Amino acid sequence: MSELTLREASVPGHRGPRLQPLDVPARGAERLLPSSRLRSAVAALPEISEPSAVRHFVNLSILNHHIDKAIYPLGSCTMKYNPKLNDELARIAGFAGIHPFQPEETVQGAMALIGELHEWLKTIMGMPAITTQPVAGAQCELTAILMARAYHTGRGDAREEVIVPDSAHGTNPSTVHQVGYRVVTVPSGTDGCVDMSALKAAITKKTAAMMLTNPNTLGIFEPNVGRMADWIHEAGALLYLDGANLNAMVGLASPGAMGFDFAHINLHKTFSTPHGGGGPGGGVLCVRQDLEPYLPFPTLEREGEGYRWDYDRPRSIGRVHSHFGNFGILVRALSYMRSLGGTGIAELSREAILNANYLKARLIEAYAPSHAGYCMHEFVLSASRQKARGVRALDVAKRLLDYGVHAPTTYFPLIVDEALMIEPSETETKASLDSFADALLAIDRETVEDPDRVKSAPTRTPVRRLDEARAARRLELTWQDLEGSGGGR
Amino acid sequence: MLERIGAPSEEALWEAIPEQFRVPGPLPLPGPLAEYEVTRRFERWAAMNADSSRYACFLGAGIYDHFIPAALRALISRSEFATAYTPYQPEVSQGTLQTIFEYQSMIRELTGMEVANASMYDGATATSEAAHLAAGATGRKRVLVSAGLNPHYREVLRTYSAAGGFDLEEIPLSEGRTAAARVARAAGEGTAALLWAQPNFEGIVEDGAALTDAAHAVKAYSVAVADPIGLALLRPPGEDGADVVVGEGQPLGVPMSYGGPLVGFFAIRKADVRRLPGRLVGVTVDLDGKRGYVLTLQTREQHIRRERATSNICTNQGLMALANTIHLALLGAAGMRDVATQCLERAHYLAERLAEIPGVLLVNGNAPFFREFVVRLPGSAEVFVRAALERRILAGVPLSRFDRSRPHDLLVAVTETRSREELDRYADALAHWAKSRTDSATEAACRS
Repeated sequence: MSELTLREASVPGHRGPRLQPLDVPARGAERLLPSSRLRSAVAALPEISEPSAVRHFVNLSILNHHIDKAIYPLGSCTMKYNPKLNDELARIAGFAGIHPFQPEETVQGAMALIGELHEWLKTIMGMPAITTQPVAGAQCELTAILMARAYHTGRGDAREEVIVPDSAHGTNPSTVHQVGYRVVTVPSGTDGCVDMSALKAAITKKTAAMMLTNPNTLGIFEPNVGRMADWIHEAGALLYLDGANLNAMVGLASPGAMGFDFAHINLHKTFSTPHGGGGPGGGVLCVRQDLEPYLPFPTLEREGEGYRWDYDRPRSIGRVHSHFGNFGILVRALSYMRSLGGTGIAELSREAILNANYLKARLIEAYAPSHAGYCMHEFVLSASRQKARGVRALDVAKRLLDYGVHAPTTYFPLIVDEALMIEPSETETKASLDSFADALLAIDRETVEDPDRVKSAPTRTPVRRLDEARAARRLELTWQDLEGSGGGR
Repeated sequence: MLERIGAPSEEALWEAIPEQFRVPGPLPLPGPLAEYEVTRRFERWAAMNADSSRYACFLGAGIYDHFIPAALRALISRSEFATAYTPYQPEVSQGTLQTIFEYQSMIRELTGMEVANASMYDGATATSEAAHLAAGATGRKRVLVSAGLNPHYREVLRTYSAAGGFDLEEIPLSEGRTAAARVARAAGEGTAALLWAQPNFEGIVEDGAALTDAAHAVKAYSVAVADPIGLALLRPPGEDGADVVVGEGQPLGVPMSYGGPLVGFFAIRKADVRRLPGRLVGVTVDLDGKRGYVLTLQTREQHIRRERATSNICTNQGLMALANTIHLALLGAAGMRDVATQCLERAHYLAERLAEIPGVLLVNGNAPFFREFVVRLPGSAEVFVRAALERRILAGVPLSRFDRSRPHDLLVAVTETRSREELDRYADALAHWAKSRTDSATEAACRS
């Protein structure tokens, strides 16, 4: 039996925490507002006591895998441990209880915090200008491509295309399309890196920008990034770093030195803010100096001992968020960075790379790597050998769940057959890496000895494999859809 | 570990990075700090801010100081929710998936719509994505925007419209309201949508049915930007016939936190489900026939469809949507109605007290308002806001921020948490300030 829904668990008349009774004269909604503007019936929300509600959510929570339980090696997602201090600090009333429209002199502490975060991030990235207004990596992409458009248009140079490698995350082409540019896909060569002759052919006077993930989604550092930057710049175009894989480069390599004009950071990946079951993220966009005028407004400026927001930004692309971005996430990221300090930050990528290489070395005895040699912070295996035994990457992933660990990213990047994309992060111990490797190796043996066991996995999870086709066909998306439909229990 | 890897040194692992791109030497940043030293620094910053635990907060304009139950804070802090990610493996993510399903259900209930997604970044981006959806669905580009929409939402709309999917035309307010007749005059064959707010930025409750009819008369979409607390009391835009209802979820259990993280909700008619941006959870069964939940209709999304996706959104605001879900569960049907009613009653009590002060005027006269209203002061609203700080009051949002022709207008929000003592203190502070303004004006007049 699965957990009831809140609707099913409701008991008429039950309720949670109450308000202080009204201590001003009650006039009645019917007198204060025209009856035509009022709800005809009370919204049918749950009726449940606080203890029952708490049990409901606790019982749901324990059905989740999470990083505090065990390794969560999703490639390109950087699931590292999130220190508890960071959450504690974000909850301080002086941060959680301030309103974005307060006079600036009453929020100088918040502004100073953002100012310090900006300085640290610019130093790490080797880039001179920054915004933390976007709230996710995909929104950084949108911001940057809009800025690229404003930059070219401002020079009277209408461009039409953006180059995206075929190994890129889906957000890249989607963003390009959303901004009204055409996507030009360049293939990867057999070495897994951008095919330079194809790139050369793709760059024209129509090219507005190129979006590059480095290291790429195969976990390989693009060796020709310098030449790519030269070519892109010679064509008058701009080079964008998709920072999804920044966890391989912090304190080790400088995006500014590589010639990137834009670089985004996912604070929820590299700088350890909790992923929250799918957000909130934190987006940071760093840009080269002459692109600074196009940043979203307002920008944070120093003024004397304090800070002010500058709204007078005539060339800005405009606002991309209701306020100043995900401030609570910025607090957590800076807390993480101050805790580690410059020395600790410089270590994290080195440790992430070491962990990934160790795991790869243990696994390639059974799984075919997409590419030989050392990897950066992540690597891609193919379940092609297992497929020959009738077991697919999906089955291997599901069987891993039975071992109490999370599966890698599967079937991405699209250019690898039966891909298993693995990113352990620096916060896993050798023991934890070993137990993950042991599980994957045991599953490989099972594909020989008992393939059905793998194909029928998982069996030890709260539910077994779910019928996704049925969900898409029936489209039962709410309690209201379920009522009377006889949905399973 | 190096031995197992077969590498001669750690440095060998990153030799693929060309020398000229390496960071030369250590990062020029300070060293590590112990937890208590980090805390000391951050508490010093926090103490520099005037927060709602020490000041009575009357600021609104889209972000509000509402009650957040302790149980909510405890639940969203749980590792199982906070440190999980997007439910790519549904068998070990049923907690996240079921809570999203419950969220979708409650947003549907509040908005009066048929489908809600798993959340957006915030109210402003949800509004922009709604304009994009309407343009796609109607095959038209002109979007009419009521001036009653939050000015920041209108700014984000302008940014998103630069991408080329839609054009904007503003409908000015008439005595604080969006007039359906003005919409009808502006609307035509090229109109994709009318965007209107419920209640609007000045707190006024709009006639959603009349506005929706004006949009539908030219086969344009009616897109409502609704306040979720208001939805517990006011007629839901879905009942008015709206085609899309979006809004900001912050009032439902999310701290103000200097304006982020926020969370947008997004609700539509079932007919448009394949145009929906963002993630969506549906019910299904597992191999044993047991009920379970999965992400569904993923073919709309960027990771499958790439440049043909409905939006580039990937990560949304999962934990904030969970806060909304827990909040709506804890407050429930009766509690949400109480919150909305108390906002309404307390706001009206304060508005009446302020209107009694000589020289102070309610700008929108008798237009019906919910928990927010505009007062015109006998002097600069910005000056009063600063004066009120001495009485531990954050007095409101001066409208000069958005419109320089309105230096005396102040937008005041009153939530259920503002006590009678705070309301009376506010009225006293304004009466005192207004009197000193009038006195000094009289003196100045006598002297001249």
